[in-house]
Amino acid sequence: MIKKFIYLEWKAFTRSASFGTNLAMKILIGFLMAYFSVCFIAVGVLLFYGLKEMNLDPFVTINKFLIYYLLFDLLVRLLMQAIPVLNIKPLLVLPFKKPTIVHFSLGKTALSFFNWVHALFFIPFSVVLIMEGYDVLSVICWNLAIFSLIYINNFLNIILSNIDKLFVVFVVLILGLGAAQYYKLFDVTVFTTPFFLGLYAKKALFLIPFLILIGLYAFTFKYFKNNLFLDAGLSKKEDIAKTENLVWLNQFGTLGTFLKNDIKLIKRNKRSKTTILMSVLFLFYGLIFFANSHQPPVMHIFAGIFVSGGFLFVFGQFVPSWDSSYYQLMMTQNIPYRGYITSKWWLVVIATAVSTVLASFYLFYGLETYLTIVVGAIYNIGVNSHLVLLGGAFTKTPIDLSAASGAFGDKKAFNVNAMLLTLPKLLLPLLLYWIGLHFGDKTVALTLVAGAGVLGFIFRNKVFSLIEKRYKVEKYSTIQAYKQKN
Amino acid sequence: MIQVNQLSKKYNGTTVLNIENLEIPKGQSFGLVGNNGAGKTTFFSLLLDLIQPTTGYINNNDIQVNTSENWKSFTGSFLDESFLIGYLTPEEYFYFIGDLRNQNKADVDALLAEHEEFFNGEILKNKKYLRDLSKGNQKKVGIIATLIGNPEVVILDEPFANLDPTTVSRLKKIIKDLADNPNVTVLVSSHDLQHTVEVCDRIVALNKGEIVKDIQTSKETLQELETFFAV
Repeated sequence: MIKKFIYLEWKAFTRSASFGTNLAMKILIGFLMAYFSVCFIAVGVLLFYGLKEMNLDPFVTINKFLIYYLLFDLLVRLLMQAIPVLNIKPLLVLPFKKPTIVHFSLGKTALSFFNWVHALFFIPFSVVLIMEGYDVLSVICWNLAIFSLIYINNFLNIILSNIDKLFVVFVVLILGLGAAQYYKLFDVTVFTTPFFLGLYAKKALFLIPFLILIGLYAFTFKYFKNNLFLDAGLSKKEDIAKTENLVWLNQFGTLGTFLKNDIKLIKRNKRSKTTILMSVLFLFYGLIFFANSHQPPVMHIFAGIFVSGGFLFVFGQFVPSWDSSYYQLMMTQNIPYRGYITSKWWLVVIATAVSTVLASFYLFYGLETYLTIVVGAIYNIGVNSHLVLLGGAFTKTPIDLSAASGAFGDKKAFNVNAMLLTLPKLLLPLLLYWIGLHFGDKTVALTLVAGAGVLGFIFRNKVFSLIEKRYKVEKYSTIQAYKQKN
Repeated sequence: MIQVNQLSKKYNGTTVLNIENLEIPKGQSFGLVGNNGAGKTTFFSLLLDLIQPTTGYINNNDIQVNTSENWKSFTGSFLDESFLIGYLTPEEYFYFIGDLRNQNKADVDALLAEHEEFFNGEILKNKKYLRDLSKGNQKKVGIIATLIGNPEVVILDEPFANLDPTTVSRLKKIIKDLADNPNVTVLVSSHDLQHTVEVCDRIVALNKGEIVKDIQTSKETLQELETFFAV
């Protein structure tokens, strides 16, 4: 029985849209995965010595922040980890026993990326611990406990994933705890650290999380088994629809028509909603660079581009794939390509402008830092906005808007293509900035990048015509590609 | 209104459609029947410039569809659910299409009021997005949306499939009304011989991409078609 399931899973994996691309892509994905794995392992190994160098007890420090680690893990899961419910439908009427189906689909989540990625960190870290003279058996027990906790998160995510608001609750919880600790109002780690340390000190203590895990599995199993009906656990959640006319956009003519549609697109689909969240996360990306003086100065422009470019990279990258599910309709309507592209362009520009304003808190790091961000925004508007739209003509990955989760997820291993397309958009300004720094000073460098942006803006109409032509050429193959659902 | 010239479509050497010559005059209601894989949807997709012909071309009101896009302003079409925008409510969808065809809200409202009976109270003001409607109700939305902006050519692929009996008879009335208008050319494809015979002046049967019958509808047509398809 299980063999049949594994057969189905293997087919689903090898035939998934993200895997089915050409060989070069596969090699690249493999390479990237190896790279990230090595990074994680390296962190696991080096963290111990790094903390020691900072005169902290590595093991105690890790245990201190473990509570945040676990909370954050749950947050990421709520956001990204897909629950494996939808594939069950076709199996219901076949001669499979219900418990088998449930066990299998729950078991499948255990193999998810979101679980084993932790092993890449904890196992090398534990090896170092043992090498540094920590008790072997205790370290193993500590690991068992940690992984029990990680798997508790896994099943919590499954049970809780139907409640959208929980995500916000967890964000507030983490931020609240973090802030309280920072301002020394309340320190949650005072209570949790002894527990995590205890897991090492008293070996048998690992049974607590382990037993909770077993209990939780039993509960999840029962919950799923009882809800294995089309009108219960397998039903699609239907939103209560509200008609919005957004009349104020009418004054913009055709552009307004498309903008109206795009706003609804972003608001009403989970996948596109996450792009907004990602854009906000991008806003804080600069903190890594500006707060850290070890980075080479050339990298500043890199951050400058990223801070305001979140929406551009996450949303703009996938134009016109956002409209993939009804692309045929668009192609039969009296739609000027120019209007369509312009509306997407405006959307990207507005989002970039808003991000730039929001990023004004970087003024804290000095006027020069914020100027870098503004220059980045100019470049984004003038050049990158065109590049993403042009790139879109070649992307052709259909986006299933109804898909509960996007980005990472089990079904669609995160989209490497998108990440790769990002690179050229960053290399050119990096090069310009470097030339400026090399032959002049920072002002020259910033002027060069901003100049490129302004130039792109001036030749906007030319570029639009080019993009329009490209879209027309690619029309038939795009329609063809969008017909292939995942 | 529509001229087809030496049109063919091949996939990897297999011919899926081959029409030497076909002329559909203005105002005709034209029915396309055939088994699965006969090429009905392929023909409509070519007519809407969604796929490229291997040879030949189609003129829609003297506009060659794969070189100019001007036919879009007077052609309304609904092939399948991929013509619907799932995250919109039916009203928003109608207004969106209306905007694209230069119809204001009042025009669209008037059209919707006219077809209230067809909707059977299940479409408008129902607090549901299109993606959450049943297949049949989605179809109703798609069909009525093709009528926005008084198109001169209306193309419907399998409009009768997935509809309940009451709606089918209402749909027939809508198509007949369109057919009675001498300015509107209606193209309908179907598996269902009887429905097609009832609403169309002319029936063309396709088999493996070739035209095998081309008849003006009369009393004997249904009999003739049934004999032809009964193997």
